[in-house]
Amino acid sequence: MTIILNLILILALPLLFIGVINKTKAFWSGRKGPSIFQPFYDFVRLFKKGMVISKTTSFVFLIFPGITFGTTFFASLLIPFALHSSVLNIEGAFIIFAYTMSLGKFFSIIGAMDTGSSFEGMGASREASFSTIVEPAFFIIMGSIIALTDIYNFDGFAMIISKAGSVGYLIVILGAITLFMIILIEGCRVPIDDPNTHLELTMIHEVMILDNSGPDLALLSYSSGMKMVAFASLIANLLIPTEIPLRISLLLFVGIIMAIAMAVGTTESAIARLRMSRVFDFIFFTSSLSLIILSFVAIGLYG
Amino acid sequence: MKNFLAVKNNQVSNINEIPLLDFSSLHEKIIEKCKKSKIRPICFFGLGKASSVRLFVALADDKNSEILVSSSILNRSTTYPSLTPKVPAFHIFERDFHEEFGIKFEGHPWLKPVSYRKNRFDSNSKIENYPFFEMTGEELHEVAVGPIHAGIIEPGHFRFVCSGETVYHLEIQLGYQHRNLEKLFLDNKKIAPHLAESIAGDTVIGHTLAYLNAVESLTGTEISRRAQIIRIIALELERIAMHLADLSAIANDIAYLMGSAVFGTTRTTVINTLLSICGNRFGRGLLRPGGVIFDVDETLIKKIKTNLAKVSVITDRMAGVMFTCSTVTSRLDKTGTVSKEDAIKIGAVGISARASGVNIDSRINHPFGAYAEMKLKNKYNKTGDVSARTHIRYVEIGQSINIINRLLPELEKDSCSESIFCEIKNNLNPESFVISIVEGWRGEIVHTMLTDEAGQIIKHKIKDPSFNNWYMLALAMRNNGISDFPLCNKSFNLSYCGNDL
Repeated sequence: MTIILNLILILALPLLFIGVINKTKAFWSGRKGPSIFQPFYDFVRLFKKGMVISKTTSFVFLIFPGITFGTTFFASLLIPFALHSSVLNIEGAFIIFAYTMSLGKFFSIIGAMDTGSSFEGMGASREASFSTIVEPAFFIIMGSIIALTDIYNFDGFAMIISKAGSVGYLIVILGAITLFMIILIEGCRVPIDDPNTHLELTMIHEVMILDNSGPDLALLSYSSGMKMVAFASLIANLLIPTEIPLRISLLLFVGIIMAIAMAVGTTESAIARLRMSRVFDFIFFTSSLSLIILSFVAIGLYG
Repeated sequence: MKNFLAVKNNQVSNINEIPLLDFSSLHEKIIEKCKKSKIRPICFFGLGKASSVRLFVALADDKNSEILVSSSILNRSTTYPSLTPKVPAFHIFERDFHEEFGIKFEGHPWLKPVSYRKNRFDSNSKIENYPFFEMTGEELHEVAVGPIHAGIIEPGHFRFVCSGETVYHLEIQLGYQHRNLEKLFLDNKKIAPHLAESIAGDTVIGHTLAYLNAVESLTGTEISRRAQIIRIIALELERIAMHLADLSAIANDIAYLMGSAVFGTTRTTVINTLLSICGNRFGRGLLRPGGVIFDVDETLIKKIKTNLAKVSVITDRMAGVMFTCSTVTSRLDKTGTVSKEDAIKIGAVGISARASGVNIDSRINHPFGAYAEMKLKNKYNKTGDVSARTHIRYVEIGQSINIINRLLPELEKDSCSESIFCEIKNNLNPESFVISIVEGWRGEIVHTMLTDEAGQIIKHKIKDPSFNNWYMLALAMRNNGISDFPLCNKSFNLSYCGNDL
């Protein structure tokens, strides 16, 4: 039962997430904006279309959207939705999670390079360098939580407060903030990247998929939403209290995911994008935050 | 004998009064003049004959509000020394001249085609074979952008030489928008005002006004005070609307959603004001030789006043929020800087020049009509970066609203109730020469006209401010991140078709 519920959430939330972000942005700029279900219509529309494939590309270009989608989907299966068991409950899930995501990223980078376009090459190089420095932040958070709870998958999120006491609340809050910043980085949202202006020289994620069309494009934007929802689910797992009935925790879970979508939309409306050279500062900041979490964990354990 | 004929903006003079020097002494005199600050070339064109070309040069003396005109006869088969090494502002003028007549200027660093004009001397030079600069090195890579761009902008090709994310050099190659306008003007006299409205779609009033000022001076037509005021109101409304559009576009480029939305909607208020004056949001059909064909009555005056008051409040508030938002300032400050020295050297004009601290504004330096007695103060910034170019737009919106508010009460007076339109009866003065300068929203627009013995226009030279300023964009990009290019480009917002004509 929970497995089917999990699958439905994994598949439906990404498009809703993007829809809510767009609706929030429309609200802040005084527009009516498209319906929050617009991404669903777009998804179907793109799937009905044909594909234009550049003659200079090889098989890598053809398989990378599928791999990106597949890896993101697989990584999502590892996350417990609403603190109840995940579809795949594996020891050490967080390492599998991180590196399956990286595998997808690797393929989208070489897929972009495969087109031979200078824009996509620049996008790929940016994506590669930013991904490298965002990885430590994620691992320090996960490592801290494991050190605290001694559970080697995402189930440990539920134990933080019982293990660390009042410092646990600080860990939860800081963890949520850090993971929120990671959503902005991984989802290529403002202030890291701007998914709206189609300026080929400044984009990161959007420029890497310039050559993709039709079903491939649909899969890629779907996986980008799925990636954001995966990280948002981690935040939801941090925040939802333990020992509550499934129905309420499910409502809370969806509510928190949607609230995060609104927060992303509000961030995009309120601030400008960072200069490319400043993006590194932003990403290093997530690492610093995760180190603070680590020190709180040390206090929780030995303090 | 005098070396230069000094004329005022819109002053008609006989062609025979223009001094005719031999090229070496003209060369020398121009360099001597341009050494003084505030003298810069505004017009450089030729009148072709079978074996020779008569070159006309006009320099603007901004201090004394004068235009210095001189000329020389150039032999088609001879090579002449270039002015560019001594006065770099001539670089684009000489390129343009070389493209048309094939006369080589020795010592010019890059005598490349400008717009691939239809009547170019070397019809074998094709836009596909543009001679780009090349730079070699292991770690360098070239990025080619355009001529077709993502988004709804005009075609133009940009070639970047980069090392990683840093741009060493940007080369801009235009010419895709060439329509052979100068010839169209000569061949289709009846629709000339319509053509003038289409020189650059975003500067309808500016270019039409420059064209009309020239024609009306040549025919000796006096425009009623009321028509003059309505013309200036339209010009300033166009300036406000375009500056708001640019502020919105700059905000959009840095993904600052609120600024983009608010400035964008405010612009609609302004262009709708123009719409209620003349039935077109860009002011097409408002200006015609002899005056304007739509009057501004009392209800319209009220409407303009209330609309502008609204625009003023919203712009102030939004600019207050935007220019204090730390993410916005961090993005705009020190991006795409052009120093004052460089701006003067390359002969930059308009808002971009003023943002770099060059104190020129032809509404002040070469005023016409109602501008003459307005005693405007020049507004300029010093830093020369994207931030300065953004801020100067905001400042000029306030200035323009102020100008309109000063002019509107005059329309209400009885003393200013003459007819707004009078048919042009006279023919064009024969063998005459006139230079008309108008400060469009982007900068100084120059229309030059020459007539022959029969009073027919034989040369109509148009210079859009973009013609001077494109090179400024290339300078601004040096040592900047390539990802800052769209933002820098927007901060100049130059016209492709204004350059290509």
